[in-house]
Amino acid sequence: MEFSLYPANRRTFLSRSARIAIGMGLVDPGSLSTAEAYDAEETIAWKNAKIVTANSPTIEAGSLVIRGASIVDVGPVDKVVVPPNARVVDAAGKWIMPGLVCTHSHVGGVGAADGSGPIQPGVRILDSINVREPGFRRALAGGLTTLNIMPGSGHLISGQTVYCKLRYAGKGPSTIEEILIRDNDGKPIGGLKMANGTNSQGESPFPGTRGKSAFLVREQYIKAREYNAKVTAAKDTTDKMPPRDLHLETLVEAMQGKRIVHHHTHRHDDIVTVIRLAQEFGLRVVLHHVSEGWKVAKEIADSKFPCSIIVLDSPGGKLEAKDMTFKNGRVLDEAGVRVGFHTDDWITDSRLFARSAALAVRAGMNRDKALQGLTLAGAEMLGLEDRIGSLAPGKDADFALLSGDPLSVYTRVLETWVEGKKAFDLANPNDQLYAEGGAGAGSELNPFLCCFAQPWQLGETN
Amino acid sequence: MYRTLVLSCVALSMAILSASQSRGDDVVVVLAKMIITVSGKPIENGAILCKAGKIVSVGESSSFTIPAGAIIKEASVVIPGLIDVRTCVGLSGIFNVEHDSDQLESSSPLQPELRAKDAYNPGEELVAYIRSFGVTTIHTGHAPGELISGQTIVTKTVGNSVEESLIVDGRAICATLGESSQKSGKQSPGTRAKQMAMLRALMFEAIEYRTKTTKKTKETSDKESEDKEPADDAIARNLRLETLVEVLDGKKALLITADRAQDIATALRFASEFGISIWLDSAAEANQMIPQIKEAKATVLLHPSMARSSGERESLSFQTASMLQKNGIPFAIQGGFEAYVPKVRVVLFEAAIAAAHGLTRDEAIESITLSPAKILGIADRVGSIEIGKDADLALYDGDPLEYTTHCIGVVVNGKVYDGEASD
Repeated sequence: MEFSLYPANRRTFLSRSARIAIGMGLVDPGSLSTAEAYDAEETIAWKNAKIVTANSPTIEAGSLVIRGASIVDVGPVDKVVVPPNARVVDAAGKWIMPGLVCTHSHVGGVGAADGSGPIQPGVRILDSINVREPGFRRALAGGLTTLNIMPGSGHLISGQTVYCKLRYAGKGPSTIEEILIRDNDGKPIGGLKMANGTNSQGESPFPGTRGKSAFLVREQYIKAREYNAKVTAAKDTTDKMPPRDLHLETLVEAMQGKRIVHHHTHRHDDIVTVIRLAQEFGLRVVLHHVSEGWKVAKEIADSKFPCSIIVLDSPGGKLEAKDMTFKNGRVLDEAGVRVGFHTDDWITDSRLFARSAALAVRAGMNRDKALQGLTLAGAEMLGLEDRIGSLAPGKDADFALLSGDPLSVYTRVLETWVEGKKAFDLANPNDQLYAEGGAGAGSELNPFLCCFAQPWQLGETN
Repeated sequence: MYRTLVLSCVALSMAILSASQSRGDDVVVVLAKMIITVSGKPIENGAILCKAGKIVSVGESSSFTIPAGAIIKEASVVIPGLIDVRTCVGLSGIFNVEHDSDQLESSSPLQPELRAKDAYNPGEELVAYIRSFGVTTIHTGHAPGELISGQTIVTKTVGNSVEESLIVDGRAICATLGESSQKSGKQSPGTRAKQMAMLRALMFEAIEYRTKTTKKTKETSDKESEDKEPADDAIARNLRLETLVEVLDGKKALLITADRAQDIATALRFASEFGISIWLDSAAEANQMIPQIKEAKATVLLHPSMARSSGERESLSFQTASMLQKNGIPFAIQGGFEAYVPKVRVVLFEAAIAAAHGLTRDEAIESITLSPAKILGIADRVGSIEIGKDADLALYDGDPLEYTTHCIGVVVNGKVYDGEASD
């Protein structure tokens, strides 16, 4: 895996503010005083909960111990030693599961590429996110802790996505920098959004057909390959280095596997086209939406690419989605495809993310796999499985405390914890507002979904 | 002894019922661990006998004699066939292209004369789709998006022609306040105030038309009684005004889509001015207008629970249904209109979310069965499991509102249809 993450031991030592400061390049980790480094090191233990770990069988009566921002231990109550200094919380009758990971969200009033052309890989969504947008707190109310925030699907390549942690404990963040997930060098981690099928077609300079769509994409990746050859040949010789091209260098990152490609695709033949192009250019692809994935489950399984699927209450709305069905997750999983879910928020509501997995179970999907589809599978699709997605020692203390079975309509998310801090509490009236709705909980604007969607197609105009 | 009888009958009926539909003159018996009648007490280990499309008997199965040759269906829970109090399905189709989108005509902002029965496609596959989850009756028609977009009908989710499935023709006319029915540039209406000026002017025109036609009718009948000659100065029939006269006379309901509190207030003001009762449609900010809605005795066709909280619906709440319930305001939860995805919403799913946010399970089920039946004026036929009512039933293998339960069969007018896909 190309993404290097903080080693678990270092993460444990650093407070959130310290990590942000490091991420922003303001502080050298070695210079932190001991007092600051340990300021958030409370140890907390939840006992007697039913625990979905996501990487091992569900524990009927379990304990979860966290220290600072990390998980220290998890297991059956009689096997976990709770440190004497720990604050102990009795969670009898409640469930604990890993913080939910949404691999495809439009929260934050976002937009990346504009209407000027179909291929704009250099455009970063992180430059457009409003962290004060209430959608983030609604997502926390659904137990979500990590989001892949994506530009829309109106382009063949609509820009760079960004992976965010919902660090909204207390007042919440003031800037996007505070919620970014960063690599060892402090660089924000994200993917590349691509699309095929009808959304990314349009009037010139957008492609009018599927054949033209694939051609335009191939042409760009071939250019990027040539650009990279020049960069490699120039080595460090400045006078031979080609002018820096933000678009092409992003595509190079994708071809090197450093940037995961999150690819919108619905129809069975479009899915197969994504696989074909990904194999030609060595892209590491996650197939998104995949409405007709169930028709080409074997082909997808053979490609080894995972699927992040959307579950909608009815088929249709556009021709490509006419054969969408609840059974998609089951069929793909049984064929050996790694399956995750996403909200596509605001297409579906982050507060009801677990419902997507429940509807897949309704259509026969394995329960444990469906729960992984909300957590660990999503983490894998972002390349973050070493850090998030399951409850295990050393991983980030990201989890949801639930009133019952996550797949029941009657279950409520009671608390959401992000890196050892309570970021959502249903008992707190301010947080309850986001869980239930009402004045102030909603988003004044609909998301910017350049360029395929006209207001009339989306119903609610602004 | 009884169980043996039931099981053997079930096995037999399974063999006979390999096709999805039974014949119309069939006798159908539904056996359930729990029958939620909605109008009365739930019945444990109950049975429902349906003949000639009607419910003829309901009670405990132990006191039941199953007629020979009856089709037998078994379920864990049976509830009345669901009613969607406001949808556009059948006018709005699965593909969402021009070919199957007849829910909104944008050539003029005021077209109350457009009839839903001339636009409804009973063969639309989404009609069968919602039926497969238990929806047996829909109030469908023209969409929000024009000041007055047209009329609605009440129909069953079966039939090859609208005539075959129709329950009420021209049940309501649909008006929309707020931004979605405003035009840009120099077209009208471009503002909220202009919307109301146009609506009020049209209503006064209708009042004058009613006065003239009433007078003329009287004169004509006086004259006809003398010489039997038709009047040559007869007032030309005006379909648009005629429709509004029916609203003024209470023969058709006025459905007003209004989400913002200010638009809800405007709708109530309009109703009061013309002495008509209205249905507030969608009504996202009803949660901020409870006293006013209650005082005006208005009815709320509440937006889907899972509607998106953005734009004019930014302040909607999962708790609104519960607030309406607690305040005794008549309401039902709708599937509504979706311009994109999901192309149709299933009221069963929408009520389930309300049940997780303040409504009891029984209240949630009532909000998609008997409550909409009462609002639509069809409670004598549908909405509860009672003797004499239409044999419209929804069968489930568990709590109907739970995510992982399945609808395992549907009965409409005494005929058995498939539940949700299980392949």
